[in-house]
Amino acid sequence: MVSALQIENLEAELNGRSVLRGLSLTLEKGEVLGLIGPNGAGKTTLVRAAAGLIPHQGRVILQGKPVEEMPRRERAKRMSYLAQGAGSRWPMTARRVVALGRLPHLAPFERPDAAEEAAITRAMEKADVMMFADRPVTRLSGGERARVMLARALAVEAPILLVDEPTASLDPYHQLQIMDVLAGLASEGKSVIAVLHDLTLAARFCTRLALLDEGRLAAIGAPDEVLTDAHLAKVYRVSAERFLSPAGNLPVPWERKS
Amino acid sequence: MKEMPPLRLNLALCLLVLALAGLSMMVGRGGILLTDAFREAYAADPEIFSLILYEIRLPRALLGLMVGATLGLAGAALQGLLQNPLAEPGIVGASSGAALGAVTVFYFALGGGGLLGLPLGGVLGAGLALGVLYGLAGRNPSLTTLILAGVAISAFAGALTSLALSLAPSPYAALEIVFWMLGSLSDRSMEHVLFAAPFMGAGAILIVSTARALEAYGLGEDTATSLGFNAGSVKARVILGTALGVGAAVAVTGVVGFIGLVVPHVMRPLVGHSPARLLLPSALGGAALVLAADIAVRLPTGGMELKLGVITALLGAPFFLYLVLKARREAVW
Repeated sequence: MVSALQIENLEAELNGRSVLRGLSLTLEKGEVLGLIGPNGAGKTTLVRAAAGLIPHQGRVILQGKPVEEMPRRERAKRMSYLAQGAGSRWPMTARRVVALGRLPHLAPFERPDAAEEAAITRAMEKADVMMFADRPVTRLSGGERARVMLARALAVEAPILLVDEPTASLDPYHQLQIMDVLAGLASEGKSVIAVLHDLTLAARFCTRLALLDEGRLAAIGAPDEVLTDAHLAKVYRVSAERFLSPAGNLPVPWERKS
Repeated sequence: MKEMPPLRLNLALCLLVLALAGLSMMVGRGGILLTDAFREAYAADPEIFSLILYEIRLPRALLGLMVGATLGLAGAALQGLLQNPLAEPGIVGASSGAALGAVTVFYFALGGGGLLGLPLGGVLGAGLALGVLYGLAGRNPSLTTLILAGVAISAFAGALTSLALSLAPSPYAALEIVFWMLGSLSDRSMEHVLFAAPFMGAGAILIVSTARALEAYGLGEDTATSLGFNAGSVKARVILGTALGVGAAVAVTGVVGFIGLVVPHVMRPLVGHSPARLLLPSALGGAALVLAADIAVRLPTGGMELKLGVITALLGAPFFLYLVLKARREAVW
C-alpha cells in the first residue's frame, strides 16, 4: 500500500541556520503521527517544508507522487495545513472563513454550489462550530477561534492534514475536543501529522510519535517506545514521573536534569 | 453598517457613479449650473456647446471616473495583500514614486517626451517604489514598518522630484509641475483619457485576477500558499497591477491621495469584510468619490479653482489619523 506521505532526507535552513538535517519519516493511512521535541528541534519547519511553504532539499512524496511534480491546486486538495496560532486578519464570519478551505476545489470563475456548501457544513459540524457561523471570527474566544480554524482546515477534505500545535493555549476541555476531532479523522482513514508539546496528549491520542532533536529523528514508534526515560533525559533534559492511566503509563515531566 | 447583497450594493454604486458623472458634465467652473444656461448656450451656438461638452467636460468626467476607480481598486488590493487596512497607494509611496517617474520623463524628455512617455514614467516610478516597499517591509508588515517604509520612500521620491524641479530649464515649467503634482482633472483632453486607459485597464485585470488569493491572504500567506495559491505570482500581480494603474493615474492627474484608503474602509463592512468582494465596490466608490470631489472644486470659492488633490487630502488625512488611533486602540497591529 502506498503511504500517505513519505518524507525523505529532508533538509532545510532558517536564517542561514540548518534546522532540518536529513530527516526521513513516513505517515501511514489512518494514523495520527505526533511530532514532538524541544523548542527549536525543527517540528514546525518539518511541517512547513512538507506543506511546501519553505525551500528545502530532499523529497516529499504525497500518496506516491512527488509533491514537486504536482500542480499547486492538486497538492492543496490532497494536503491541508493548519498554521500555529492561525487566525483571520479581517472580521469575516466564521462560515466565510471556513469556506476558504474549499478554494482549492473551485475552478477560477466557478461559483460554489450546494455540494460546496454541504462540505462547509460538514467541516463546521465536525469541529462543533455551527453556532458561531454568523459571528465575526475576530470576536470569538481563543478556544472558539481555534476550532473555527480547524474547521477551515477540515473543509479542504484532504486525505492528509498537517496541524501545527492545534492545542496551544487552550484549556483542557478544548484540547481534548480538538484531539478527538483529529483521532476521528484517522478512524475515517485520513492521516494526520500534529505538532504537539503536551506529552500526555501526545501519548493518549497519537498512533505513533516522532521525536525530533536538532533537526534529526531521535526516535519514532508507538508512544511508549518513544517516551522512554532515556529519550526524555537525552532530548528534553527532564526526568518524568509515571502515572497509571487507562491508556498505560503516561509520563509527566517532573524535574530538570542539569 | 450592515452587509449588503453584493449585486444590490454594486448596482447602487453604479447608479451613483452615473449620476455623478452626469452632474460633472453639467457643472462648469465657478459652479455655474446647468439646465437654463445649458439651453441658452446650446441655442446660442450648438457647435461651441458640443465642443465644450465633448472636448472638455467629457474627458474630465471620464478621467475622474477612471482615476477614482483605479485608486479605490489599488487601495483595496494593497490592503488585502499586506493584510493591513492602512495600506494605500499614497501612503506606501507608490504615488510619489509615480510622480517622480513622470517628472523625470517630462523634464529630461525621455522616450521622446511624447504623451506615452508620461504614463510609462509613472508606471516605472510606482513599480520601483512598491518594489522597494516590499523589500523594506516584507510580507505581512506591522503598522509601524509599513508606514515608516512609506514615509521613507515618499520622502526620498519627493526629494528627487524637487531636485528634478531645481534642474528644470524654466521656472514657469517648475511652477506648472508643482501645480500638476497637487492633483487636478481640469484642462485634460481626450488624449489623456486614451493614453491612460490601457494602463489602467491592464492593471485592473491583473488585480482582479488575484481576488480569490486575496481572500485567502486574510488567513496569512502560509495558509494562502497551502490553499494552492502561488505567493510570488499573487504579489507580482498586485504590485504590477497597482504600478500600472496608479502610475498612469498620477501621470495624467497628479497625486490624488487617500482615495484608496477611505473608500475600501467605508465599503468593507458592506461586503462582510471579504477582501475579494471588496474590490468592485472599492473601484466604484473611488470613482464616485473622485467625481464628487471634482465637482466640489468647481463650486464658487471666490478665487482660483481648488486642486482636487487638496480636497482629497483635506478629507483623507484626518481620516487616516482616525484609523491610526483606532488601530492603536484595538491593538491589533
